[in-house]
Amino acid sequence: METNSRVTARPCPLSEVPAPPLERVIEPPGLGVHLDWAEVWRFRELLYYLAWRDIKVRYKQTVLGGSWAILQPLLTMAVFSFVFGRLAGLEQKTGAVPYPVHVYTGVLLWAFFAGAIGRSSASLVGSAYLITKVYFPRLIIPLAAVGAGLADLGVSCVVLLALMLYYGIALSWQLALLPLFLLGTVLAATGVGTLLAALTVSYRDVGVVVPFGMQLWMFLTPVIYPASLVPERWKWLLRINPMAGLIEGFRDSFLGRPMDAGQAGLSLAIALFLFLFGAAYCSATEQHFADIV
Amino acid sequence: MHKPVIRAERVSKRFRIRTAQGGSGTLRDTLCAAAAAPFRRRSRGRHQAPGSEAIWALRGVSFAVEPGEVIGVVGSNGSGKSTLLKILSRITPPTEGRVVVTGRVASLLEVGTGFHQELTGRENLYLNGAILGMRQREIRSKEDAIVAFAEVERFIDTPVKRYSSGMYLRLAFAVAAHLDPDILLVDEVLAVGDAAFQSKCLGKMDEVAHEGRTVLFVSHNMGAVRSLCKRAVWLDRGEVRQQGGSARVVSDYLASYGAHDSAGVGSVFAQDGNAFLAESEDLGLCGLRLLGPNGRVRAVFEPHEAIHVEIYYQAKRPLHGARLNLWLTTSEGELAFLATDQAARGELTPAGPGRSLCVIPGGLLNRRRYVIGIDGDIPPTRELLPRREYLCFTVAGAGNHGSVISEDWPGVVCPAATWSVDQMPAANAPGGPER
Repeated sequence: METNSRVTARPCPLSEVPAPPLERVIEPPGLGVHLDWAEVWRFRELLYYLAWRDIKVRYKQTVLGGSWAILQPLLTMAVFSFVFGRLAGLEQKTGAVPYPVHVYTGVLLWAFFAGAIGRSSASLVGSAYLITKVYFPRLIIPLAAVGAGLADLGVSCVVLLALMLYYGIALSWQLALLPLFLLGTVLAATGVGTLLAALTVSYRDVGVVVPFGMQLWMFLTPVIYPASLVPERWKWLLRINPMAGLIEGFRDSFLGRPMDAGQAGLSLAIALFLFLFGAAYCSATEQHFADIV
Repeated sequence: MHKPVIRAERVSKRFRIRTAQGGSGTLRDTLCAAAAAPFRRRSRGRHQAPGSEAIWALRGVSFAVEPGEVIGVVGSNGSGKSTLLKILSRITPPTEGRVVVTGRVASLLEVGTGFHQELTGRENLYLNGAILGMRQREIRSKEDAIVAFAEVERFIDTPVKRYSSGMYLRLAFAVAAHLDPDILLVDEVLAVGDAAFQSKCLGKMDEVAHEGRTVLFVSHNMGAVRSLCKRAVWLDRGEVRQQGGSARVVSDYLASYGAHDSAGVGSVFAQDGNAFLAESEDLGLCGLRLLGPNGRVRAVFEPHEAIHVEIYYQAKRPLHGARLNLWLTTSEGELAFLATDQAARGELTPAGPGRSLCVIPGGLLNRRRYVIGIDGDIPPTRELLPRREYLCFTVAGAGNHGSVISEDWPGVVCPAATWSVDQMPAANAPGGPER
């Protein structure tokens, strides 16, 4: 009773009713997964601020500022169109779709995916100064690193619309499916990113392997080439690679092409699995980050 | 009856230090270890990885903090103070034992955590607030107060990389000072900044304490612990050595601090591989010791004896206008006097090791326990060494006070004042009753 009266007597800065004093027990972690989404949700504002900081800082003191978000994928598209489309002759293989549009849709999603994984895998180690000084669910850090890529992704989607207008490609009802593939990509990137981030805390080797690994992964994904070019006996590789299905599905929904629903469903399921696995792994190990980071 | 807001029950924390042959923790080593693990498991304990050594940073620490209490945690470097704070702040989990905490906790292990050089003061204010666990609308409602407290109104939309270090610190502390937790955990934030900043911090801490919040305060600043905290816990090599009234704990701690040293009580020098007891980029304090008139190091003096305080330091580069100051306080924290070597030192302090000797004359001090604090500065603004207390000594014996019976004598000092008593005729007395 006395505890309650003390709490109400304390001047409260906001006109909210003080919550009953919450009791928390700090104990040695047991084995297993302590994925506490309520706790992550409670710190959502921190997630937002960390992502916002990353975006804000990225283009500070640059001359072109946010224009880089538009220029990077456009320049990549131009170079790829010339090298792979013109010189390597891939522009003959994309059917009705102009090769620049084909490669841009791939690059757009892949740039987000690779960028998010690159940033988030390094994020925990790069935030050692926070991890050793303040408590919050550690999952917030790699999540924020993925979130920081969303702004660029949004910008490049708008550019894609302009590009399609330029090439005179009509939009179809399938555009409504677009968020599904974006979500799948975010889930896959988050899953792989958080897993690698947690591994990097203990094993810095991961940081060396990631850029190289992402490059290899890109060539296993129909970013530059259309999926139809892949020989039948290698198709299974694309099937289990969630990014293959997601990028193809993303293209289909933008370009209004017939969609392989089974493949799309499988890719989304794999992306969801990656997300849950990465988040669970990160949460299972996060208690010890402060001691080893 | 009050229920404790922090109840630590036999909290222990073990760190594993990897030894050289144990590998550096690359993936390959772990894979090798994992491959070999089935063959090893039976012969070793589950926690004992090969090539690693266990260090107990905390061992069986138990204490309770009542609501509204301000409690200090003292102890030398490596005694487990910071580990304890990290466990209470949930940054790292305990290995054994448990802590029950009631109420909203904010921990302040440093000021300005997560400040980003490229962001403006206002942007950092929001970011830092979020990092410290404030809600956005909470920050918004306090924004003006924070900016005013930090005295950076004119520069609030300037990137903090253009701030002076003083402005930076003030803003960082201002955000932290406007947290409204039930329990505030503070570590050494007062060890930075100039005297004005420190007194501002201490004032705010005092205010927080008076609002009925619970504060757990870890510091090397014994004066601050004594004046802010009623109770203190003394950690020694991971265990609670003593807890109780802060004046008592602090003076016992300081007494033992000197006693650790091989030279015996009355001397303290940097050890455990540290070059300095305290240092800045300009100056390091190597150690200090107390000598009696016969040149022997000791910590108990007769009231009539002169006390030689030798301060060993190292100037890291030539310094102009530097000085070392000696703060003599009683073990209850009252300042007896402040002395400085400025006049003896002169304008230039050459680079290299040096010694400053202060002779406290005999016949000055009272019979009690005193604490010697040292700081260094280049007046008026530049700090060379933060003020910290290092040594404790006792003045005991007959006393200078001129009383012939054995009694406690008040006063921070007790100079051997000269008295003479004469008989005089009543008519000659100045100011006598006849006038």
